[in-house]
Amino acid sequence: MLAQLLQYLFSGLTIGATYALAALGFTIIYNASGVINFAQGEFIMLGGMLAVYFTDAGLPMAVALPLAVLIPSLAGLLMARLTIEPIKGAETITLIIVTIGVSLVIRGAIQVWLGKGSHGLPAFSGDIPIRILGATLMPQSLWVLGVSALLVLGLWYFFNRTLSGKAMLATSFNRGAAELVGINTGRVLFISFAMSAGIGALGGILVTPITLTSFDAGVMFGLKGFVGAVVGGLGSGLGAVVGGLLVGVIEAFGAGFLSSSYKDAIPFILILFILFFMPRGLFGVKVTDRV
Amino acid sequence: MTIGGIALAIGVMSSAIAADPIKVGSVLSVTGPAAFLGDPELKTLQMYVDDLNNQGGLLGRPLQLVHYDDGSDANKANAFAKRLIEDDKVDFIVGGTTTGSTMSMVPLIEKAGVPFMSLAGAVVVVEPVKKWVFKASTTDRIAAERVLTDMKKHGITKIALLSDTAGFGQSGKAQTELVVAKYGITLVANETYGPKDTDASPQLTKIRNTPGVEAIFVFGFGQGPAIVTKNIKQLGITLPVYHAHGVGSEEFIKLAGPAAEGVRALAPALMIADKLPNSDPQKPVVSAYVKAFEGRWKEHVSMFGGQAHDNFFIVVDAVKRAGTVDKEKVRDQIEATKKYIGTGGEVNMTAADHMGLDMWSLRMLEVKNGAWVEAQ
Amino acid sequence: MIRRYLGLYVVAVIIAVLPFLIPNGFYLDLAIRMGINAVIVLGLNLLIGFAGQISMGHAGFIGIGAFASAVLPTHFGWHPFVALVAGAVLAGSLAALVARPIFRLKGHYLAMATLGLGIIVNIVLRNEAKYTGGPDGMPVPPFTLFGFAIDSDKHWYWIVSVILMVSVWASINLMNSPFGRALRGLHGSEVAAQVVGVNVTRYKVAIFVMSAVFASLMGSVTAHYVGFVSPSLADFGHSIELITMVVVGGMASVFGSLVGAVLLTALPQALATFEGWETVAFGVILILCMIFMPKGLVPTLAARFGGRRE
Repeated sequence: MLAQLLQYLFSGLTIGATYALAALGFTIIYNASGVINFAQGEFIMLGGMLAVYFTDAGLPMAVALPLAVLIPSLAGLLMARLTIEPIKGAETITLIIVTIGVSLVIRGAIQVWLGKGSHGLPAFSGDIPIRILGATLMPQSLWVLGVSALLVLGLWYFFNRTLSGKAMLATSFNRGAAELVGINTGRVLFISFAMSAGIGALGGILVTPITLTSFDAGVMFGLKGFVGAVVGGLGSGLGAVVGGLLVGVIEAFGAGFLSSSYKDAIPFILILFILFFMPRGLFGVKVTDRV
Repeated sequence: MTIGGIALAIGVMSSAIAADPIKVGSVLSVTGPAAFLGDPELKTLQMYVDDLNNQGGLLGRPLQLVHYDDGSDANKANAFAKRLIEDDKVDFIVGGTTTGSTMSMVPLIEKAGVPFMSLAGAVVVVEPVKKWVFKASTTDRIAAERVLTDMKKHGITKIALLSDTAGFGQSGKAQTELVVAKYGITLVANETYGPKDTDASPQLTKIRNTPGVEAIFVFGFGQGPAIVTKNIKQLGITLPVYHAHGVGSEEFIKLAGPAAEGVRALAPALMIADKLPNSDPQKPVVSAYVKAFEGRWKEHVSMFGGQAHDNFFIVVDAVKRAGTVDKEKVRDQIEATKKYIGTGGEVNMTAADHMGLDMWSLRMLEVKNGAWVEAQ
Repeated sequence: MIRRYLGLYVVAVIIAVLPFLIPNGFYLDLAIRMGINAVIVLGLNLLIGFAGQISMGHAGFIGIGAFASAVLPTHFGWHPFVALVAGAVLAGSLAALVARPIFRLKGHYLAMATLGLGIIVNIVLRNEAKYTGGPDGMPVPPFTLFGFAIDSDKHWYWIVSVILMVSVWASINLMNSPFGRALRGLHGSEVAAQVVGVNVTRYKVAIFVMSAVFASLMGSVTAHYVGFVSPSLADFGHSIELITMVVVGGMASVFGSLVGAVLLTALPQALATFEGWETVAFGVILILCMIFMPKGLVPTLAARFGGRRE
């Protein structure tokens, strides 16, 4: 029984870590601009697909992987510059439609360019499972969990200890006031998109050896990441990480104990419950509405 | 794709002067989740329409392919079927990549009376028999029976079924549940996974902990079965693994890696084209298709493209025999198809059987040393 | 009075003349689909444009209506009309159930709740294959009324036209009623609305339930008209498509809803020959529309040419 529980936990945490990274991407952009970026999943897909493309093209991993993070970051920057900045201050729904438009463009372009098949990457540290108390853990899962943890720590440091990070945080609390004290909120917008895209792409690369990837892999990651961000309380970094992990673990246990057919419904039922009973999410802050 | 389009356009234009074209209608899932099925299907149709036009067309008339992409959405397929019938006035239709798309087109096709060759997998397409609907490609029922036959031969009596939640797996699951008792086999575990799931270890852990499981039967296609196969290996499960007819491709071995070793899967002869003995009746057609497809598109063949080939040529042969594109006559000739050797097996249609393939048209393959070979 | 209904008359004339202009059944089919979408979008626009709330799971309600009309007559022998009403009641009750607690909150929580609701509906439809046919869908028996089966496209054209006309007329009147003014107040400032004595929550719930019922009814119509339903009717992508129609046509604009529905129903047909680039083209069109006409087509054009009406 313990082995079984542990197996579900490993499986859930690995997948949950990628949801957490996606959720973090949502959170960073939401904080900097109030935009719910439905193209976040596409950056995760871009990371995986580009890593496959560059390694297949014969580039060594040390070149291919950074490129596969850099290009999506640039795409994120471009997205902010070309599509988000021109309509700053538009209705939430208008902004949502724009991000959906961008996600269609990215997905469609990759589909035409790199085709419709599925692809994988070799695992970074081999395919021999590690046995722990009767359960097995893949070395790649450790990569996913480890790098995610480092990223979260790095982000915490950035937002709490560096000037740029504090500026971004300030913008999320009050854009007008931030501008008054001399923060370039336009730059904050660009940084937030580039950063979210880069984090998403890195996550996409890390999980590709486990989950495989294809041009439409981003849809699922984006949706689950969004759920994670909402469960954790939209806007809270810690909430995004916990929310993402929670969604992954609940799915794994749901598939194991309840019904594998309905496991995908469980996070969404959870969302409804959270909205009914703790509407700010697990870690959301109470905000007052300005009249 | 664009080059293909231009080539097609030129092909049509150069011969269009001769006579009114025969219009080949097609609705395929070239984008969306079923894109990797629809893509080779469309490429196959484009290739053979061009080929026939270069050889002087059909009945002395050029062929024109009118194709719409339903984006893997059954509701769009219905609207496009309407367009093919009412606006483009096509002479026959090949396509409907998924069962959902096909079934949403069927009411319109039956009403209008257009010969229709479906490329979908589920048995509901041809059972009960519908006057205008044919499909010379394997059904999930055949696949289930073929796998269960092999299991019975190996003395397996208790199995775990793991099917995907998309149409392919759900229909396959229903058919397996229906026929399993006939082979003296019981389903002791019955799990599902989502076609876009990235991990199936919880389900497999559950299967591993179910007492008495002697083999695992995976019903799905695309990347799902590859992930499942990797998970099986990772969890240290050593039971025999059977896949239905959705995975017999080079891509599967590449995706699943070493975990694919020893896995059994169903596939048409097409997937082992180079290993078929010269005495095999399917050898010529299969080799010709592989050569043509890989030459033109520079990618591996898939059984789905092969199905497009078979269905297209069955209707082309029917038109030749009928000597006209009169819909009623072409339909009758399709139904009279006998001993057509295609990439998927020998097709013998009757009024009661609009599919015409038997269980042995699917070969049982096994991965040995990183390649598919016919299982002994 | 004439000014108020001018648009309605224009719509009526277009509907009356259209059957004589279109060359064949395909365009009739397209017109029917446009009409069906237009009614759904009208309902959704009441919610988005006037109550300032987003439903990201509206396709779920369409799915409920469509599958009620498919499953209940097929498996339980219900009369199609009773099944249609049952679907609408179910969709409306579900909407009320979800909306009540959600609308006490501020912000876009309805978007998240409806997103979840729509996906749950979709998962149920895909999994309960015994009744719904699963992911492959199922055929729908024809709609009968007084023993008379409605199965020709011409019949459906007139039926959908009548429903559309009634919906447009009702929407125009609703907007100009005290109820409508209260709704518009909501979008402007909730607090202000509350101060002048509008029961904000009750109005929001009412409008959400109404739009859900609209969607369910048109789901039933779609099911009977097409003769086949599949769960993709209820998927997330379809919900997004509907929101897009609202936003492209113009939020809080009755005629914007019609224009949005007509354009975006025709667009996939127009892009169908793009060979793989249709996804990109659709995305680009969305982005450009939002950047250059953030208020939507109809309000932007109305402002440019005279700024009359609405």
